[in-house]
Amino acid sequence: MVAHKTRVFAALVIFTNVVGNLLLTMGLRQVGSLVGSPPMAYIQALFHPLVAAGVSLLVVWMIAQMTLLSWADLSYVLPVTSIGYVLAAVAGRVFLHEQVTLNRWGGVGLIVLGVVLVSRTPVATRQAPVATRKREVA
Amino acid sequence: MKWLLVSVIVAATTLGYLFQVLGMRQHGEIHEFHLGALGVLLASLARNGWIILSVLAMAASFFGFMALVSVADLSFAVPATASSLIFETVLARLVLKEAVGWQRWTGVGLVACGVALLA
Repeated sequence: MVAHKTRVFAALVIFTNVVGNLLLTMGLRQVGSLVGSPPMAYIQALFHPLVAAGVSLLVVWMIAQMTLLSWADLSYVLPVTSIGYVLAAVAGRVFLHEQVTLNRWGGVGLIVLGVVLVSRTPVATRQAPVATRKREVA
Repeated sequence: MKWLLVSVIVAATTLGYLFQVLGMRQHGEIHEFHLGALGVLLASLARNGWIILSVLAMAASFFGFMALVSVADLSFAVPATASSLIFETVLARLVLKEAVGWQRWTGVGLVACGVALLA
């Protein structure tokens, strides 16, 4: 049961992150460059339908990730959701027609490897002797 | 320009996490998760100076990300901002005194190489 719940939330975390960033980018491309714009331009951009949809999904992403972390180890969540780096590149290639060079794919691959390696280390190094993330149910 | 924005985002994200950890350590470990306790938790965090600084830094990071994807590829922006992991680890070692073993440093090195490939 917990395994099933975990898979559902991991999928939700990945989906909302990738699609949220994709919609945000699509919307901001329509809004135009924000570089050097006054703060009001950013607030206005948030009301663009695609940007608003993207930001909403990113809010769901944060809540879903925090929820998942309430029972799952960070060392499980980090590598599983780091597939999001690959999917961001795929989404850019497929939906935004970006040129993803071999170097860029290589870079994404190394980043995923790095995240997986870091996540294989102990979650907490400051507490001794055993760091447990299991919370007590009141 | 793209890398300047990446630097701003990475700096803001790194500081955001650092302040967040300092705030949460000041608060102490959370043990109770029922609705009433979460309300008390939020009220206490909203008055914590580190947490307020952290929220401001995270907001700056998000607006920076908006500016970045308004001009740069998504397939560049997402992996490039992963470089914050490098600075977060260095500060975790230096400021937060966390023990960072060889496996973590190797992982951080791989991320750094990956980001370098994006340039």
